[in-house]
Amino acid sequence: MSVALVIDQAEKQFDVFPALRGVSFTVEPGELMALLGPSGSGKTTLLRAIAGLEQLDHGRVLFDDVDTRQLSLRERRIGFVFQSYALFKNMNVFENIAFGLRARPRAKRPAEADIRKRVGDLLDLVQLAGLEKRFPAQLSGGQRQRVALARALAIEPSVLLLDEPFGALDAKVRKDLRSWLRELHGRTGHTTVFVTHDQEEALELADRVAILNLGAIEQIGSPDAVYDQPESAFVCEFLGETNKLPVHIAGGQAFFEDTPVFRSNGQNRSGPASLYVRPQHIKLVDNGPLSLQGVVEHIRRNGALRRLEVAVKGYAKRLELDLASAVAPAIGERVSMKITAGHIF
Amino acid sequence: MSDASIRQENLAERYADNMREGIVVRGLLILVALVFLALFLFLPLVSVFAEAFKRGWPAYLAAFDDPDAMAAIRLTLIVAAIAVPFNVIIGIAAAWAIAKFDFKGKNLLTSLIDLPFSVSPVIAGLIYVLLFGAQGYFGTWLKAHNVEIIFAVPGIVLATVFVTFPFVARELIPHLQALGKDDEEAALTLGASGWRTFFKITLPNVKWSLLYGVLLCNARAMGEFGAVSVVSGRIRGLTTTIPTQIEILYNEYNGVAAFALASLLAALALVTLILKTFLEWRYADSIAASRHS
Repeated sequence: MSVALVIDQAEKQFDVFPALRGVSFTVEPGELMALLGPSGSGKTTLLRAIAGLEQLDHGRVLFDDVDTRQLSLRERRIGFVFQSYALFKNMNVFENIAFGLRARPRAKRPAEADIRKRVGDLLDLVQLAGLEKRFPAQLSGGQRQRVALARALAIEPSVLLLDEPFGALDAKVRKDLRSWLRELHGRTGHTTVFVTHDQEEALELADRVAILNLGAIEQIGSPDAVYDQPESAFVCEFLGETNKLPVHIAGGQAFFEDTPVFRSNGQNRSGPASLYVRPQHIKLVDNGPLSLQGVVEHIRRNGALRRLEVAVKGYAKRLELDLASAVAPAIGERVSMKITAGHIF
Repeated sequence: MSDASIRQENLAERYADNMREGIVVRGLLILVALVFLALFLFLPLVSVFAEAFKRGWPAYLAAFDDPDAMAAIRLTLIVAAIAVPFNVIIGIAAAWAIAKFDFKGKNLLTSLIDLPFSVSPVIAGLIYVLLFGAQGYFGTWLKAHNVEIIFAVPGIVLATVFVTFPFVARELIPHLQALGKDDEEAALTLGASGWRTFFKITLPNVKWSLLYGVLLCNARAMGEFGAVSVVSGRIRGLTTTIPTQIEILYNEYNGVAAFALASLLAALALVTLILKTFLEWRYADSIAASRHS
């Protein structure tokens, strides 16, 4: 059922604003792929182009080896879940889910009994059995989202596309639905692409993440790969929190204010650069080589961790670092820090 | 008495003063509104029926016994039966195009739809006379082909269509725009055809706006005077509609007959109003649901 999805050199221009600038990637059959990017990065345009709701100026979208330009919207069999859910207000839950089956041409339309069975199965799948007579206005946000998903799954889609699937939900519901969707995908195995601006969501849910910026792909890879080995400054800053230190590279070492602070492994470049360091990759140490001095300015609770803001001479902002240990320095205390991991761009 | 309690009392007094002032202002505003409504709405409405029944039921009913009056009523119904469905179809098409698509000249089309509201109906009628009348641009050609438009039913239909065109489109455009395209796109990705999407999704979503538009369009179609008066020539029993027949009767000092016919139009207006209010009350929930989320 599931197809491989190939996007080949997708380009799209809105008036003078380029929304997509030559995007290419492949989604394997049954894979769960996240399109992650800030607003205006072109991720929704790309999703709509895959669905056929937007025409590309150049480039192709292939389902396996079929060029989708040859297919009508009906033939594409897209399961599209809109950000607004777009449930049909004048139909109850049952009729919403049955819509795609009833809309088939007469010859291919399932019998009424089959439609009932299929909708019943889907209601069980999305855990909404018993609510088939309700209207969308009588459902909670999470329930609407699941109806929209069931409606999209009813047509046995070749590709499932989700536009900001959790965007309109509150934080708690969002967390629950996330793990539920992950599990559902494991069971149904549709090739799935979802769009999000929430990096946490993308990293937790997806098999692979494509990070878009200004209509082009910055990086594509597994959540671990894009998080641990960002290939650009944008990816580094967009995924998670990071400190950006202005450094000077010379002889394989990064110097901050003439002090060596980090060994830049394998990068044979020199000159001014930026060193990106995540808060969890700065450790408090006793004095030693490659250490950085500063004064603790703030301590904040950040879930299980404690977030230290340290003033460093020559650095306009505060260096932020996470402390897991129960023992913390006092505000105003002078500390030595060591950078354990970082990226230079 | 302590300072605090005095201050409290002062505050309470001032609050009471404010409230009194509020009541006075409110009462005054309500009074103004009621006087206005009484003078400009209730009084004329009551006087229409009072004049119509001045000589009692038999005289009232006798007004409808006149073949000219019956012809006028029949013609009014025929014209409305053509103009309203026509404007519903064209109005839906125009509103759909404007609300769901982006194209060049969209703003121009939007203001063109409003044009009949800003043009005097008499001018509208005169333009049709200028185009299709015996001395008009197409007059000779029409005469040669035995087509009668001016001083005949087609002219009345044309003028009525022009004057009542905006009602349906005007009701639908803001509603369709507010609804966005998501529902239609969802239906299309689910494999529905364009027609199915329109009849199962779009139309049910806007049915209440559409109904208001139809009610208003119908009331205006039956009540239009200016444009119809110009193009119809007011030939008794042939091209008079209810409003023009009322004028003829009134000019002949046949007050009871004129007001009897007028009471029909007034009753139509009342029924329209009651129907609209009833629908709003009866289907408040689904109307609200179709407008939000």
